[in-house]
Amino acid sequence: MASKTKKAAFDAKKQLEKVEEQFETLQILNEEGKVVNESAMPDLSDEQLQELMRRMVYTRILDQRSISLNRQGRLGFYAPTAGQEASQLASQFALEKEDFILPGYRDVPQIIWHGLPLSQAFLWSRGHFEGGNIPEGVNVIAPQIIIGAQYIQAAGVALGMKKRGEKAVAITYTGDGGASQGDFYEGINFAGAFQVPAIFIVQNNRFAISTPVEKQSAAKTIAQKAVAAGIPGVQVDGMDPLAVYAAVHDARERALNGEGPTLIETLTYRYGPHTMAGDDPTRYRTSDLDNEWEKKDPLVRFRKFLEDKKLWNEDMENEIIEKAKEDIKVAIKKADDTPKQKVTDLMSIMYEEMPYNLKEQYEVYKEKESK
Amino acid sequence: MAQMTMIQAITDALRTELSNDPNVLVFGEDVGVNGGVFRATEGLQKEFGEDRVFDTPLAESGIGGLAVGLGLQGFRPVPEIQFFGFVYEVMDSISGQLARMRYRSGGRYSAPVTIRSPFGGGVHTPEMHADSLEGLMAQQPGLKVVIPSTPYDAKGLLISAIRDNDPVIFLEHMKLYRSFRQEVPEEEYSIPLGKAEVKREGSDISIITYGAMVHEALKAAEELEKDGHSAEVIDLRTVSPIDIETIIASVEKTNRAIVVQEAQKQAGIAANVVAEINDRAILSLEAPVLRVAAPDTVFAFPQAETVWLPNYKDIIETAKKVINF
Repeated sequence: MASKTKKAAFDAKKQLEKVEEQFETLQILNEEGKVVNESAMPDLSDEQLQELMRRMVYTRILDQRSISLNRQGRLGFYAPTAGQEASQLASQFALEKEDFILPGYRDVPQIIWHGLPLSQAFLWSRGHFEGGNIPEGVNVIAPQIIIGAQYIQAAGVALGMKKRGEKAVAITYTGDGGASQGDFYEGINFAGAFQVPAIFIVQNNRFAISTPVEKQSAAKTIAQKAVAAGIPGVQVDGMDPLAVYAAVHDARERALNGEGPTLIETLTYRYGPHTMAGDDPTRYRTSDLDNEWEKKDPLVRFRKFLEDKKLWNEDMENEIIEKAKEDIKVAIKKADDTPKQKVTDLMSIMYEEMPYNLKEQYEVYKEKESK
Repeated sequence: MAQMTMIQAITDALRTELSNDPNVLVFGEDVGVNGGVFRATEGLQKEFGEDRVFDTPLAESGIGGLAVGLGLQGFRPVPEIQFFGFVYEVMDSISGQLARMRYRSGGRYSAPVTIRSPFGGGVHTPEMHADSLEGLMAQQPGLKVVIPSTPYDAKGLLISAIRDNDPVIFLEHMKLYRSFRQEVPEEEYSIPLGKAEVKREGSDISIITYGAMVHEALKAAEELEKDGHSAEVIDLRTVSPIDIETIIASVEKTNRAIVVQEAQKQAGIAANVVAEINDRAILSLEAPVLRVAAPDTVFAFPQAETVWLPNYKDIIETAKKVINF
């Protein structure tokens, strides 16, 4: 019998290539601080551009001080943020006060800039529940510890906004590792199915603690995971504050127009360890890779961009550095002055009203605490 | 007053609270047009619209997370987990998230969520449908766990659960859904959470139980009476927190007790009740407090479940052991 060339039922290779070619990285400002994509340039005033730079410098100082406070035993859990300023702060900068942020544990800077007092961020780091007692009118929740849980909650918050007819979005953050979690998929899928005003950000800093992003998935980008949920996805240069801002701003506009959620992948890098609890990045990252990413630094390129426009100078930089240091000093003092959390406090906050067992245990611990 | 099955009483409670409070939302898998696989939400979508009563994608963790988020937005979500054996898929949302919302936010936010779910043996389900997992829930501080045994209680307790500002796990025994009818007022009423009910007064032994086992215990009490033993039957109704006052008052009167649960013997509600009695009423006891429970295996396949499930005969046997100690 003559052999026939059997035709594949479908062209798997072509299918995947077609998906991947849709996810080119959006960049507006290159590493030299030059605008390479004028048409995507967001509509920001000079003052807004300066403010975004101030926030990034401030947050870099906050990171350095937090690391040193942690080493002195004056802060508890801390996940370093240096390198991710564009991804974190430019995304928050595109929001309005009424938007609701559901952060992961590295996303403390966003909620500070959304209104959480610095002293409370420090209390949260120390594991004091006053840290999570968000002031009225500040639309955030304390950072999530469980990877991805905030994704489905964001779908819920956004569904609530839609039901109430609010002109606001829910925005949530996870990392490249988080994009492997079931709740990630459930979150984007629910949000798509209900067409709610949500923005899902994946800060792809290339390592989930030590596991490289290449080992997380066969997908070439995380942005393309949006396709399966039937929602738009975009990959942006997460070291470029203008690209991050533009992507979030557009996603927000679409959400407010009733066009549903967006998944945004920001390509970024954390210079420091995963957390301050003993992680050693030299075990899984080369210094070559560190150097390669440090050249992409968001502060460096944004500073060049602003200096070229005569919108930034050394005095402005020093002024914000001094302000950050002073704010941190005041906030840590305030955190120190907050009464320590007691077991009886914890008991009184498990339920609206203590059940019999807690009432009895409360008396026992009140006695213990009085000694 | 109308005669209602438990499932009708549950629907009636949902309807009552959907009418009373515009923030109440009912959602889950197949709860919309289909009215739920047991028809607990029958007609509610038609009556209250798709905005208030809606189907979700098939993902339990997503349903739990949605409830957390809607709770943050001031809603009062009443999600359904189609069968409680599926709870493992939503454990983080329940124990890791809902139960900790008040603590984690320093009291700023609460999670006024009632998760309804069918469970319980004797109805020949496939695996992972019938398991009694209330012990798993009761171990989590921050949650309340409610299990009604009658249509009347189901309505009153569900209304209280929905109005409660803390998360409540409301477990509905499948065998009780349609096994009998009872007079249930059409108007609203509530039964406080955390309050047990003395179903039958007695003086020789206290039988403390909940859910479908309440009916086995009542049957056992009737048989015991024929033999001259007066048994008091207590329906916990809320298994976390338990009504310690009612339990201890009864044990102090009868001086003997057994605790009956459909769940496996290892850990669980009965072990806690026994420990609390020992802690608080040891000097009143004339005999050790024994348990009647299922064996420590996973839930039996249908062919073996009749033997696996505790029944009134097991209760009589254990009660006699305690009485004759």
